[in-house]
Amino acid sequence: MERKRRLIEPGDLSTGEIFHLLRLANDILADPAKYGERCKGRLLASLFYEPSTRTKFSFDAAMLRLGGQVIGFSDPNTSSAAKGETLADNARVVSCYADVIVVRHPKEGAARHIADYADCPVINAGDGGHQHPTQTLTDLMTIQKHMGRLENLTVGVCGDLKFGRTIHSLVSCLSRFPGMRFVFISPEELQMPAFVKDLLHRNDIPYEETNQLEQAIGSLDILYMTRVQRERFVSEEEYLRLKDYFILTEEKMALAKPDMIVMHPLPRVNEIQRDVDSDPRAVYFDQVKNGMYVRMALILFLLGLDKEA
Amino acid sequence: MINVSKLKKGIVLDHITAGHGYRVFRQLGLDKLSDVVVLMTNVDSERMGKKDLIKIETDLPLDFDVLGLLDPGITVSYVENGVCVRKAHLVLPEKVTGILRCKNPRCISQTEDVEPITFHLVDARTKEYACEYCDARTHL
Ligand SMILES: [Zn+2]
Repeated sequence: MERKRRLIEPGDLSTGEIFHLLRLANDILADPAKYGERCKGRLLASLFYEPSTRTKFSFDAAMLRLGGQVIGFSDPNTSSAAKGETLADNARVVSCYADVIVVRHPKEGAARHIADYADCPVINAGDGGHQHPTQTLTDLMTIQKHMGRLENLTVGVCGDLKFGRTIHSLVSCLSRFPGMRFVFISPEELQMPAFVKDLLHRNDIPYEETNQLEQAIGSLDILYMTRVQRERFVSEEEYLRLKDYFILTEEKMALAKPDMIVMHPLPRVNEIQRDVDSDPRAVYFDQVKNGMYVRMALILFLLGLDKEA
Repeated sequence: MINVSKLKKGIVLDHITAGHGYRVFRQLGLDKLSDVVVLMTNVDSERMGKKDLIKIETDLPLDFDVLGLLDPGITVSYVENGVCVRKAHLVLPEKVTGILRCKNPRCISQTEDVEPITFHLVDARTKEYACEYCDARTHL
């Protein structure tokens, strides 16, 4: 039997397929009505073994806007997992009903395990601190839309670079495209882990590390902000000492290029001040919208419905 | 002095890092053989200073992935009629299945009954392998 297509990590997609998905997402964005019935009669199962309302909404909205339907759960206590059924059996059973499965699970590698047993395509909507590939596709779509290209960009990532899986995945994926340069802005305690830097070394991609957002911001085409979480710090004093380095304000934005864009995977706490929201360079809410379109494109692609009938 | 020619037919595992011989012996299940097996430790070696060495007086299929993972410096010599007829040099395997265990407490393999995990070599220098499920790195 032919192995079902899956998206567990960005590496499951070729660069050509990524461009295909982005083209498709933009086409849906331009003319949603054309795609409103494309998934008629198809069923998406969303299995959320860990609650994440915003991610679930994004997938559900994507399927419903394609004319398909959605079943699933968003609370693991109501699922058969609570009754001791294995994930492998969950996958086998659900894929008897559904045409595509979306899974979120607190354990790393869970989506891959489910995909090994499901008889339909599986999309990883986050497996613990490991991968969240549709967030990466969302980021790529946002960059391409606002910068007009996915090459020759200086990308600054700021905040918690040690534990931020969104960032690891984005940097790894961007490293496929030509002419990328990275600036990693974080306190020393939260620097980019070695496996990401090793990848950049192997591919001869330049990067710098700094803890000064003000000094770095002027050279950036993209500033990707993330949350610095209090619980990552050994002490409250340490957190208080460092957190303000990484708050983006309009004063700092004044030092940035006029066409730099600011991105954030959301939710944010205080790392981007509200007065930045009205800056035309702030695109983080547009990112959310792009996330739905790119998920629509992905569902069509995995179901083989991406070509016109 | 070690004299390999004393072995009529069998296998010699030479240039085992000193102190690793017993682990190789156990991993290959040599304790379960009914044939003669000689494990020598801290043998003088020109190249290595000290080394361990194993002589097995039978022909048995060796798992080169396990051996390469344990100690890629080992030289395997096949002996027939008292002479070495073939030598094999080991390499660190690109991937190994069912030998390593994932130590990441957040990995799905800790709680679900998954297929034997395949690990991929990510750093030949540190002999680190990544779990196919969670990408966490581990070594033997
Ligand atoms: Zn693992």
